[in-house]
Amino acid sequence: MAALPQHTAARPQLAATLAHPAVQWFLLLLAGLGLPFLVYPVLAMEMLCFALFASAFNLLMGYAGLLSFGHAAFFGTGAYLFGYASKMLAFGPLASLACGTLAAAALGVVFGSIAIRRQGIYFAMVTLALAQIVYFALVQAPFTGGEDGMQGIPRGMVFGMFDLQGEQTVLGQTAPWCLYLLVLVLCLAGHALIARLLASPTGLALRAVQDHEARARSLGLQADRIKFWVFVTSAALAGLAGAMKALVLGLASLTDAAWNMSGEVVLMTLIGGVGTLLGPAVGAFFLRYLHHALAGLGGWVTVLIGAIFVICVLLFRRGMVGEWRAWRGAARV
Amino acid sequence: MKHLNFRIAPVALAVLIACAAATPAQAGPNGIRIGVLTDMSGTYAALAGNGSVVAAQMAIDDFGGKVLGKPITLVSADHQNKPDIGVAKAREWFDTQGVDMVNDLVTSSVAIAVQKLGAEKHRITIVNGAGSTALTNKECSAYGVQYAYDTYSIAKGTATALLKQGLDSWFFLQADYAFGAALQGDAARIVTSLGGKVLGTVKHPFPSSDFSSYLVQAQSSGAKVIGLANAGGDFTNAVKQAREFGIKQTIAGLLVFDSDIKALGLQTAQGMKFTTGYTWELNPETEAFGKRFFARFHAMPTMVHAGVYSSTMHYLEAVKAANTDNPEAVMKKMRDTPVNDFFAKGGRIREDGRFVHDMYLVEVKTPAESKSTWDQLKLLATIPGDQAYQPLAEGQCPLVRK
Repeated sequence: MAALPQHTAARPQLAATLAHPAVQWFLLLLAGLGLPFLVYPVLAMEMLCFALFASAFNLLMGYAGLLSFGHAAFFGTGAYLFGYASKMLAFGPLASLACGTLAAAALGVVFGSIAIRRQGIYFAMVTLALAQIVYFALVQAPFTGGEDGMQGIPRGMVFGMFDLQGEQTVLGQTAPWCLYLLVLVLCLAGHALIARLLASPTGLALRAVQDHEARARSLGLQADRIKFWVFVTSAALAGLAGAMKALVLGLASLTDAAWNMSGEVVLMTLIGGVGTLLGPAVGAFFLRYLHHALAGLGGWVTVLIGAIFVICVLLFRRGMVGEWRAWRGAARV
Repeated sequence: MKHLNFRIAPVALAVLIACAAATPAQAGPNGIRIGVLTDMSGTYAALAGNGSVVAAQMAIDDFGGKVLGKPITLVSADHQNKPDIGVAKAREWFDTQGVDMVNDLVTSSVAIAVQKLGAEKHRITIVNGAGSTALTNKECSAYGVQYAYDTYSIAKGTATALLKQGLDSWFFLQADYAFGAALQGDAARIVTSLGGKVLGTVKHPFPSSDFSSYLVQAQSSGAKVIGLANAGGDFTNAVKQAREFGIKQTIAGLLVFDSDIKALGLQTAQGMKFTTGYTWELNPETEAFGKRFFARFHAMPTMVHAGVYSSTMHYLEAVKAANTDNPEAVMKKMRDTPVNDFFAKGGRIREDGRFVHDMYLVEVKTPAESKSTWDQLKLLATIPGDQAYQPLAEGQCPLVRK
């Protein structure tokens, strides 16, 4: 960390400016605003939701070393509770998003208090088992519509003036821009929260716990408590991602809560680069785009995605962003 | 460290541009474009899947490939039985590819979601694959048609036929999810309304591979009929295990497809009665279509495939007759014109979107009766359309004026 400022100071001015966090966030925002011009807007919003989901998962896996195999439960709970609040209780979209997020956070408290003392495969198995309980509860609960899913969730209005349903034309591109902006801002805010958390003393303590838990404990860090709150934060952000996806597509279904979704988010994170801030988002973009672009090929989608995963594991073990960082690091030395 | 992670932002922009290069060109507003949204890789791939794409293409070719002087094009996609993927694809088709009509739509969750979207975007959706009666009840749409069958008609046809033979006490095995509950509920109502008795129901998890305890319960209930309110793999497993147990009671499948019979084999399935909307053995016309389809696809069509062909044809005829691709006008023409082809005689689309046509009670042939691999079924009775489907008065579709 200490060597970094000197290093950047030696670089040309433009590169130094580009490296500034505020500039970086601004560039990300610009990239986000440009996205609907390049890919189909609804797909773009779905990508953003999954980017947040994968980043929430990565907060746990990449920085706490905990592989949760039950994150679909938070994603699905967020989606269903958003749908319930928006459709049955007629809440506005923001209040409904808050409902979905809080419900997932509450579920995170339950999961966390049961699972957090376990590590490695046991942690994965406990979270998977709990997620399956949630899945079957969602199959049977009267308000979820079982395997038909919850359909026709209204998008509504924000502050009574921004219509999330309607489409607007900006620079010749017609898209539900209000909705898109909301999703983009929430997605970036989620990422900013993760970045802030990791840069804080808690983030440093978290990394200490991940590197050497026994030593961190001997230094007086309350490892279980730190991990617990990171787990709850991760659950809440996953819930927000699920709720946003339900807002975008207007439906919540069992796909969101099924164990395959837990697997998919692991895949996104690994392909993008575990333990990097933007890696999971890149992985999520890549995989969602692939799913979308290959949908016309029929049965070959699963085969192709499997093959890509095998190639990534064999050739890019650090994931896309991880490899790129390693390559940049090697080039600079 | 944090800075390093963020250096990727400029690269993100570059990746986006690369993505844009791969985005397919958008179609113009002219011409008719038909989308087949189906399951190409999962449980229902044999029943719908690529066969539905072939059936739609056959209909387009038979129509002459052009309507109103403009070409008819076909697009297709795999929704992987996930409603979110299905809805995202359908949205894109409607928004950017100018798709006028979506067909097939197997899997109830996808069908309901896409039919809702169609209503919102004012595009026609024709469901052939999914059987949920919700599509023409609570979730009905002015732009949606449910064409080939629904669970009510299939359960009713089979239950009525068995009750007529004096098999009046029933025990149900029900897959424990919404679809199983709907199927069991419909069948139980029909059984009791015709003077039969329901002795009990046992629920099994979905999906299951071991049915022994449920079958023992069904056997000891003393019911004359064991009704299977499940489908696909659950159904075939339950039937196989019932045969292995040597269960003497009549086994009635409430949702059976020809592909299930193929999976079971005639030895196991022989003598089973069920209801279907189409099978190639019915008459020379159905056989002619079956053979033409076989020549292209190397398998005989299921009722879903036949339904996709027939409904696509009906849609194209309506476009031609209405002389526009305006969905309201086309939909009106489709409702006003009866369908007379190999699939339906005098078939009509009701206000709730239900396409009413005759259904057929069939029996699985014995291995001795079968002359070839695809020769599986014989016709027992034709159930007239007005008796086959749920009466409009009993429905819950808000579009129907009562």
